[in-house]
Amino acid sequence: MPAVPTDASAAITAHVWRHRYRAHEALPWAVALAAYFAFPNYLPLAAQTLATILFALSADLVLGYAGIVTLGQAAFFGTGAYTAGILAAHGWGEPLSGLLAAAVVAAAVGLLSGLIILRSSGLTLLMQTLVVAALLHEAANKASAITGGDDGLQGMQVWPIFGRFEFGLFGRTSFFYCLIVLFLCWLGVRRLVHSPFGRSLTGIRENVVRMHAIGAPVFVRRLVVYTISAGLAGISGALIAQTTGFVGLDSLSLERSGTVLIMLIIGGVGRLYGAFVGVPLYMVAQDRFSSIEPVYWYFWIGLLMVLLVSFARGGVLGLCDRLWRRARGRR
Amino acid sequence: MNGIAAALGVGLHGLAFAMVLYLISVGLSVTMGMMGFVNLAHGVFAMAGGYIVTNLINRYGVSLPPAIAMAAVAVAVLSLPIERLLYRRLYGGDELDQVLLTMGLVFMSGAAAQYLFGALQQPLRLPPALSGGLRVGIAEVSAYDAMLIVCGVVLVTGLWLGVERSRFGAKIRAAVDNLRMAQSLGIDTSRLFSLTFALGSGLAALGGGLGAALITISPGYALDNLVYFLVVVALGGLGNIRGPFFAALLIGLADSACKYLIPQFGAFLIYAMTMAILLWRPRGLFGRV
Repeated sequence: MPAVPTDASAAITAHVWRHRYRAHEALPWAVALAAYFAFPNYLPLAAQTLATILFALSADLVLGYAGIVTLGQAAFFGTGAYTAGILAAHGWGEPLSGLLAAAVVAAAVGLLSGLIILRSSGLTLLMQTLVVAALLHEAANKASAITGGDDGLQGMQVWPIFGRFEFGLFGRTSFFYCLIVLFLCWLGVRRLVHSPFGRSLTGIRENVVRMHAIGAPVFVRRLVVYTISAGLAGISGALIAQTTGFVGLDSLSLERSGTVLIMLIIGGVGRLYGAFVGVPLYMVAQDRFSSIEPVYWYFWIGLLMVLLVSFARGGVLGLCDRLWRRARGRR
Repeated sequence: MNGIAAALGVGLHGLAFAMVLYLISVGLSVTMGMMGFVNLAHGVFAMAGGYIVTNLINRYGVSLPPAIAMAAVAVAVLSLPIERLLYRRLYGGDELDQVLLTMGLVFMSGAAAQYLFGALQQPLRLPPALSGGLRVGIAEVSAYDAMLIVCGVVLVTGLWLGVERSRFGAKIRAAVDNLRMAQSLGIDTSRLFSLTFALGSGLAALGGGLGAALITISPGYALDNLVYFLVVVALGGLGNIRGPFFAALLIGLADSACKYLIPQFGAFLIYAMTMAILLWRPRGLFGRV
């Protein structure tokens, strides 16, 4: 959250200027491009990171802006991944239409499940999100004729983008593919959260009763943002499926829903950039540490979560905020 | 005749599963209802109980009943500092913080279990008296399932009587009904929370240990079975010790029947049923409206 201006004119100025692009917003993209040149051997990891940022962004939309605590975001990620994967495994490997199909199917799943589960709140809602993901996980597990079940989906053939840019061994195409898709989605999300619709979401998160009282269609707004977020998660799943050429059952697992929350929390929730900080930190750390001891990675990440919740609420960006404010206070 | 015998067999197996589910989940229902705390790490206590029991039996040759009693007491005592140091700070706080804290504990415990005991499942070596089968009328039931049912009935009766009749139980019910009023009446709710939490964790350890041959003990235990425990609680209604019993019965019997009749669907129908019920009654079948 930006610092609250004290007098009315400053508030109005801040409000009018709130969706102008600032210089520091170019930073993540500059870092991404720098990473491309600095670490050419890590491009596959970088592409995965970019796709996962999109996943975390979708979770931020639901959690940070609409205030829906979800443990089932992997349901949409997995739906998108399987949609793109099944298309590519059955003779339609065109990546962009696959991406679109993944978004549509995932959004449809989001809309349908949202119609059912968003009527509840609190713990029941949390449970329902969990159950939706468990339902899809079990369905994918049992429908092994289509999904490959436990072994994962084999034999994806992804065609070159525009018939020209092949997904090669070094991951250059994957990297730029993920980067451009993420950039476009980010533009859309940014626009969305700064729009009147986005403001009303924040209102719903902060005080549902009052939003009801001023006549905001709370259920419909939450349903819309849930559907959009599901579509974005689907795109993210499809990106990972297309760039790695594989979809496993774990794409629908509770573990994935949980870890995306962790990445988001590490960065900071409800600020659009938490995903850009948390996901790279998590992914790079995982890549470093899990090559030594893959299993015990979860021990440290669990410990980190406990410590974060106990001592560093607001994540890295929240910490920066506090340091910044303290530095300014001293001056 | 054969059909009836098969149905009875499936029903008894489901009943045994329901008992284990109930023992594990009842503590979760009470702590969630009383403290409004989303505790995703409850399965960790059941897992700890399971590991203690299997290791006491397999490595040190302790027999089953003392092993289970030791596990329940040990886990109940161990849960006290966890509640004091970690959970307490978040009571009445943000749901998301609670989810993250408890998920963190689940991840840590899974990795710790793998470090200590390896990735393999821990078998529960049953004494010879429990490894055979029994005939009850026309139905066939394994001695282990029968033991689970008997233990379950005894424990459930004891628990219900305790909560209904004892002073401690009355305090718990008062705190669930109206926390502020209970505090104004001079009930030390902080102590009550700790004791209830320990009791719930001990029961979970008991359920995890008793049911170790039914819900196998492995490092993924707390995460893999989380949905089942939560489903029981959500269907049964929060802060309630009877609701989860009937919910556990429903889930146990439905699960057993589905696995027998339509194994190709697996747990799918259980989840679908849960969604349907929660859509119809968001506070669970026996929750207060």
